[in-house]
Amino acid sequence: MVVLDAAHGGDDAGAGLGNTPEKNYTLSLSVRLRSLLMARGFQVVTTREADATIEPDRRAEIANHAGAIACLSLHATESGSGVHIFVSSLAPAGTAQFLPWKTAQSAWVTRSLTLAGVLNSALQHAGVTVTLGRVGMPGLDSMTCPAVAVEIAPQRTPDSPGGESLEDFGAQARVAEALAAALVDWRSAGRGVRAP
Amino acid sequence: MIPRHQTILFIVLLAASIVMGAVLWNLRERAHERLLKGEVSEPTQAPQVAPAEQATLMVANDADNTVTARVLTLPLPQNPEARARALLGKLFDLYAATDATHRVAGGASSVAQVFLVPIVKTNIHREDGDAGPSPASLANPTGQVLAVVNLTGGFVSTHPSGIETETLTILSICSTLHANFPDVTQVRFLVDGQQRPTLAGHADLTRTYLTEDTVPIAGAQP
Repeated sequence: MVVLDAAHGGDDAGAGLGNTPEKNYTLSLSVRLRSLLMARGFQVVTTREADATIEPDRRAEIANHAGAIACLSLHATESGSGVHIFVSSLAPAGTAQFLPWKTAQSAWVTRSLTLAGVLNSALQHAGVTVTLGRVGMPGLDSMTCPAVAVEIAPQRTPDSPGGESLEDFGAQARVAEALAAALVDWRSAGRGVRAP
Repeated sequence: MIPRHQTILFIVLLAASIVMGAVLWNLRERAHERLLKGEVSEPTQAPQVAPAEQATLMVANDADNTVTARVLTLPLPQNPEARARALLGKLFDLYAATDATHRVAGGASSVAQVFLVPIVKTNIHREDGDAGPSPASLANPTGQVLAVVNLTGGFVSTHPSGIETETLTILSICSTLHANFPDVTQVRFLVDGQQRPTLAGHADLTRTYLTEDTVPIAGAQP
């Protein structure tokens, strides 16, 4: 099981990406990635299928009820280059029967960092520039699964400082293929077990 | 019965009094104008300027997701809270420049206030079961300081939306405060004096940031 969280939606448009709001971009990426993952034998749960407002806590609830081996929160931005992969900045903590809601991810941070490494390798193999970081983010911090936020930015190169457009069909497909390949690797290597 | 000549005399004296009053008022106004014209409005003393000092600003860069130290020489006030505000103001001035590596509009006026609050131990359980700080702990703070940064609503509403850009703004604020005030170990944020869920839709503004954790992972390896 994999959870895909298309960020924003409804009243929350997210960042402006030229003519496309972030909420539309993340939804299209979620739909594309879901198709790729289902074709590879994954069960996929999405936090939204339409332009709907969903609070961060509700997104975490959906992810936590799914019992997923990986949770990807999908974002997009005009700043930076390539793909930014963020893991919760909570300090790793031991698991417990009851976890504080706002810091539940702390029991999973170590595995989330490993998942980020797998995604990083696959994206770099696909020729995508990757930047890794840590973030404090509502929703992500409450997920009880290996969870990362994946933020897509225009791929900038010295020859193309403006970067290729986020609306470029090929760029989105390349990132989605690399993410799907990484999740296959994550599952097949036996790292996709549920325990933190 | 008042004699006629006395009535005429009274009216003449009354009229003379009114005329004299008007003349005196006119003379007073003229004298006041002459005084204002002759007054030198330029300051006679130079304003107090704080001495220039070296300060470290931790400047964000969107291109490589880094925060790097930049040492500048700035006139800074001696009051710690005013000093912290001036430092963050200079940082935001850099971000408002057209050639900024991390573009955020607003400039120095984006920081309404910075409060520096000593951190007291709150985990001491007294015999009466109250978990609040004991008088002894209040008298002996930890030596660590919580910085509360009050940003303006205008700054937050114009901040670009994105995980990376929002995180860099927070990291650069926290690390700038820690670089210049080593006692600052925790940072919290307010917007127009109120708590706000996120900076621009992503980065959490409700949590307490630990300055020791505010150096981002740079490069491509986790």
